[in-house]
Amino acid sequence: MRLPAQTAGAPNTVAAPAAAPAPTAQSAAAPNGGIEDRISRFATIWGRAIFPVTATSLTRPEFERHLLPLTRTLTEALHARPFDAAVAQRVGAELVAVHCTDPEALAGTLGVIESYLVLYCGPDGLEGAGVEATAEYHSRCARLQHAIAAGYARALRERTLSEQEAIARSALTARTDAQQALHASEERFRAVFEGAAVGIGIADLDGNVLEVNDTLLQMFGGLEGHVRSRNVSEWGHPDDTPHVWRMYGELVRGERESYRVEKPYYRHDGTVLWTNLTVSLLRDADGKPQYQLALMEDTTERRLLNLRLRYEATHDALTGLPNRTLFFERLEKALSGAGGDRYGLCYLDLDGFKAVNDSLGHSAGDRLLVEVADRLQSCATGPGEVVARLGGDEFVALTTGSDTEEQVTELAVRILTALSTPIRLEGRELSVRGSIGIVEGRAKERTPAEVLRSADITMYRAKAAGGNRFEFADAEADARAITRHGLTNALPAALERGEFFIEYQPLVHMRDGTVHGAEALVRWSHPQYGVLGPDRFIPLAERTGLIVPLGRWVLEEAVRQARVWQHEHGGAALRINVNLSPTQLHHPGLVADTVAVLEKSGLAPGALCLEVTESALIGADDELLEPLRRLAELGVDIALDDFGTGYSNLANLRRLPVSVLKLDRSFTRGMQQQPADPVDLKIVEGIVALAHSLELAVTVEGVETGAQAAQLRALGCDTAQGWYYARPGAPDRIHTLSLSDAVPTPS
Amino acid sequence: MERPAWAPPGIDISVPSVSRIYDYYLGGSHNFEVDRQAARRAMEFMPGLPKIMQANRAFMRRAVRHAVAEGVTQFLDIGSGIPTFGNVHEIAQAASPGARVVYVDHDPVAVAHSHAVLLDDEHTGVVAADLRKPNEILAAPEVGRLLDFDKPVALLLVAVLHFLEDADHPYDAVAQLRDALAPGSLLILTHASYEGIPLTEEVAGGAVGVYRDIRNPLVMRTGEQIAHFFEGFDMVEPGLVSMPDWRPDRSEDVEDGETPEDPYAFSGYGGVGRKA
Repeated sequence: MRLPAQTAGAPNTVAAPAAAPAPTAQSAAAPNGGIEDRISRFATIWGRAIFPVTATSLTRPEFERHLLPLTRTLTEALHARPFDAAVAQRVGAELVAVHCTDPEALAGTLGVIESYLVLYCGPDGLEGAGVEATAEYHSRCARLQHAIAAGYARALRERTLSEQEAIARSALTARTDAQQALHASEERFRAVFEGAAVGIGIADLDGNVLEVNDTLLQMFGGLEGHVRSRNVSEWGHPDDTPHVWRMYGELVRGERESYRVEKPYYRHDGTVLWTNLTVSLLRDADGKPQYQLALMEDTTERRLLNLRLRYEATHDALTGLPNRTLFFERLEKALSGAGGDRYGLCYLDLDGFKAVNDSLGHSAGDRLLVEVADRLQSCATGPGEVVARLGGDEFVALTTGSDTEEQVTELAVRILTALSTPIRLEGRELSVRGSIGIVEGRAKERTPAEVLRSADITMYRAKAAGGNRFEFADAEADARAITRHGLTNALPAALERGEFFIEYQPLVHMRDGTVHGAEALVRWSHPQYGVLGPDRFIPLAERTGLIVPLGRWVLEEAVRQARVWQHEHGGAALRINVNLSPTQLHHPGLVADTVAVLEKSGLAPGALCLEVTESALIGADDELLEPLRRLAELGVDIALDDFGTGYSNLANLRRLPVSVLKLDRSFTRGMQQQPADPVDLKIVEGIVALAHSLELAVTVEGVETGAQAAQLRALGCDTAQGWYYARPGAPDRIHTLSLSDAVPTPS
Repeated sequence: MERPAWAPPGIDISVPSVSRIYDYYLGGSHNFEVDRQAARRAMEFMPGLPKIMQANRAFMRRAVRHAVAEGVTQFLDIGSGIPTFGNVHEIAQAASPGARVVYVDHDPVAVAHSHAVLLDDEHTGVVAADLRKPNEILAAPEVGRLLDFDKPVALLLVAVLHFLEDADHPYDAVAQLRDALAPGSLLILTHASYEGIPLTEEVAGGAVGVYRDIRNPLVMRTGEQIAHFFEGFDMVEPGLVSMPDWRPDRSEDVEDGETPEDPYAFSGYGGVGRKA
């Protein structure tokens, strides 16, 4: 079916009007122009009517071009013989195809066709045609509209159904894809869940355990019933830190996203499982808290190992007692306690333990220490009491509380009592004794190191007082000990730095008052304490062994000085007395050193007198006396110093290679008064007589008055020294004195 | 808790989807009742919403043709939604038969539907990914298969950036994509705005509220803010303008020179930028 004279497929070609069906009349109202022109104009009207209600992305002209073939179809249908309205259904369907899915587009279309189709596209000159012909075209037009509506409705229904089906299918596909992906991811998750080396558990927010993996089950001992279907809140443990359950509460209330703690659990057999626990809150898509996820790592073995390492680091391997490290921690804790807290500390050192070690061997010594440790342990069982071994045979016991003064005394008594029962060792009974230094005080006043030092010092005091006792620390004694300690430490450097010097106290012939010689007295010019006398540091030097180099220096210096005097004095025999300490006496180099010093200086041995205390020679055997004998044989005088203070075994005097007795000042003190003590006079007289009968010269010390000097001279003493003649002084004073021959200068 | 990468989003068609709402505005039936309900609610505030969508489609059509005319025949359409009439590949391939197009959307139903529609077209691809994660888009195998980033690509961000809140860092996302593009590439962008809407902000805000209610908040930005998305691009004439004003096909409108566009079509902005 073709439009009359239409040139198909060339919409822009203007059709020849001559080819149009012969109209009976040209209507005045009818549009002018050829049929193609009118078709185009109809399409424009149509387009304008429905474009606003379409959803197309085409521009209106583009859209109108789509309507052109549709208009042509309608025109053809209008004119076709026989008339077939059904072809217009395709026009309705085409409207849907160009996205005129809004029913308003149909309404608009029908309205335009109703008004303009016959007018624009009907036969020319219809007005002139008969009523019948006009009615025929309008009838055809109406039937075309019916068909367009039907075609539109069918196409829209088809399109709607197919699009609905397509989107439903797509939704289903998407859901299936998602489910498959979810399934795959769940499988992956399941594999992770089951294969994980960490325990994983999921519980709801009420704490009901919903799921656990095998690893977690095994951690808890492998019993399902112990873990599954249980409630998280049942898993409290006494060692839980308080904030564990606070954080748990925050998490299940949604106030916290996660927490991480170290937490212990009871396994079903009562043993403890230690874990590193991480709990996270799981929320749903809306962010509402839904589940809690627990990840736990079994740290039991690691913890045990740590505990063991910690134990080994803090306990003494021999006795099992806490060691110094742990004790310091405990002491630190006790000392950092609250204001009212007190502490008491016993510092125990066994008396004579070295002898046990030396005589029975170290393994016996060790067994003794183990036994002592056991006994100490049994003494300190109260709360806040702890015993530790600091090393060697040194132990400490600590007590804390509010009334530690009494407690610590009782503790010390218990310790001494516990030690008093003899210990059986290798078939013998050993009496073990100890010396205890006690420090008691208030927390926050001293550091652990200060407390231990004080206890140590006090323990030495108890030991010095004879041992097998306890002493309480006392600040003054501590201070003295601390000074002594400081001096001892400073001694070697002092010798190197030349802080020692020598003062000389003249020795005077009693019969004529001339200067016989001088005693060398060592002094320490301490940078902090000033000039210190020998009583302050010689015992320290003795203990540390520094006395040997110090003594050698004194000897060298004194001998050199004596030689200087000799030169200045014109060769007169000024003698020099030098003290020998007990340690020097035992030193194997004594003779060689002395000889070397004398030779180096050129001083005659006879000008040197070595003073040895009586106590140093008590019980001396031949071996000890040998060096003195050899020195005496060389011509060196040996003086017995402080004679009369020790246990003076007069019979023993004969064996000793001494040539001078120096009477202790205690004998001369009685002669300071007038009249002199007659008993003292008798004693001194007796001693002088005895000495002279043994061919020993007698020197008296501590002569302070002229009366004393006169008395002693009358009693036959040979030489004297003391303030009556001169105080110890610089070497040039001796020189002066000897030149003036000791004019006594009363003090 | 953030969803792990391997866990796909659930498919819940009882929740309205912006892709299907868009389809409804365009007269399509690729939608469900929940989508239509939401669309109707929004239209109670802004009856002309379909006209804005139509203007978007028309703008896109002109912009794609412009791209082809400029010699750009590779297209990356992010936020492509439900394929309907006038898709990018149809326009592009009509103008240049070998043109390649990759559609990207994060709506799984839209993606599934796109797969169904484009099954036989070897020059187009579909990627399920999110504009919030540009690296995932750039790393997608389909993108690598179809697009050559050594040559200019037209990046389409049509009616999608207004679904990214500031917390989603939309500017960073665009910048990351831009950095992957070769010089001469084009950015084709439209964005919702209160500017140009023939309504008060209060009334238009009602429609915005509907999107907020369906948990796809619509972020209205000012022209100035939208212009920032073109950082690193030179604006193609006439710049960032109302969508109908961007290179209208006036030559077609020969008859009377008027463009009787609906007033709603002038809502929001559209523009094209060219990477230097």
